[in-house]
Amino acid sequence: MLTKRIVPCLDIKNGRTVKGVNFVDLRDAGDPVVLAKQYADLGADELVFLDIAATLENRKTMHDMVLKVAEQVNIPFTVGGGISSVEDVDDLLHCGADKVSINSSAVKRPELINELSDKFGSQCVVVAIDAKEVDGEWLVHLAGGTIPTALNLFDWAKEVEQRGAGEILFTSMNHDGTKAGFANEALSKLSDLVNIPIIASGGAGTIQHFVDTFKDGKADAALAASVFHFGEIPILELKEELRIKGIPVRL
Amino acid sequence: MKLSIVNYGAGNIKSIQFAFQRLGYDAILTDNPEEIRTSDKVIFPGVGEASSAMIKLRQSGLDQLIPTLKQPVLGICLGMQLMCKHSEEGDTQGLGIFDVNVKRFSNHVKVPQMGWNTISNLKSDLFKAINEKEYMYLVHSYYAEQCGESIATSDYELEYASALENDNFFGVQFHPEKSSKAGEQLLKNFLKL
Repeated sequence: MLTKRIVPCLDIKNGRTVKGVNFVDLRDAGDPVVLAKQYADLGADELVFLDIAATLENRKTMHDMVLKVAEQVNIPFTVGGGISSVEDVDDLLHCGADKVSINSSAVKRPELINELSDKFGSQCVVVAIDAKEVDGEWLVHLAGGTIPTALNLFDWAKEVEQRGAGEILFTSMNHDGTKAGFANEALSKLSDLVNIPIIASGGAGTIQHFVDTFKDGKADAALAASVFHFGEIPILELKEELRIKGIPVRL
Repeated sequence: MKLSIVNYGAGNIKSIQFAFQRLGYDAILTDNPEEIRTSDKVIFPGVGEASSAMIKLRQSGLDQLIPTLKQPVLGICLGMQLMCKHSEEGDTQGLGIFDVNVKRFSNHVKVPQMGWNTISNLKSDLFKAINEKEYMYLVHSYYAEQCGESIATSDYELEYASALENDNFFGVQFHPEKSSKAGEQLLKNFLKL
């Protein structure tokens, strides 16, 4: 049976993790490669690296990091942040990334999704969608949720699927950082609407939140950052609890 | 040991090279028929779309070479699918090494299947020291039907062949290079065949 995935997300700036991580005694908690290996050993199913600076000068540093992660880590990983062209993706895949995640660049130029899917296959194209519920309507936001658009979340999700996205990473801006649970109602609606996997993001605070997002939100994977980085939720414990609750996980 | 990875422009093949590197083996990426023919072991990778991958194989003549190889050959993901008779993806004639067809999952399940699934009914030395119901990482929209050459099965909508063996040819639908320790064990087993 296909299992539900647990996906830690690492924010990267200048080749280093930001926010800090203190879940284990690491000599260098800022080194994404060390962290990635640690997460792989602890039972993470996949990793996401988000380049939050994503400037041109940073690109080389990011490529070096991706290359090192690919060299040393034996689980799949996605790279996102500042990707806006076929060439960007070509470079990252050549460095050993398994998937790339695009966000604002897809909203600005939706054909990019078709181009990437045609050239590299939909399996490596993740479209990240940040959305906020405003007056009962879920609107897509850009630039880390700061710039609203007129685009409806569900319309956009359907469109990215049709254009060849292999997966959707949906972050609810209403829930992100609250640690009050995932946006399960919207997630469930998304999951019924499209026929590609959905990664839930934003709001993880407790183990029960993960149970809920897999059961009520029908998510295929759940992404979180701080609850993992700060050891609030050990991945092994989380997966054991999910299994007890009848959710298939890799243990 | 001379280990080569067939390089025909099939996406992320670096991961496979790195996986062998972690096991202490240098694998060469090559499209040179002589290099491939004289290797002890051959990896036939593949990510992407079947019909365009077959076109690349035909252009380089590798479609003629691969079925004549005598050493152990391991097809991975699309590589395995191209070793089958026919794929529904782009209505593509494959290399016909495995006597089975490749079909698309229906829309009753999410496509692609993406993530970790179990492998069962393990039948080959390729799975030495790997347990029944071990987890492997898969990303695919098409599958090989259950058949006599099946050496592992997985369930997604239906039971399908997630690994195949015919003589010196092996194929796995999952990505051993991305399947943590179980995947590493499989690659080690392949090197010992």
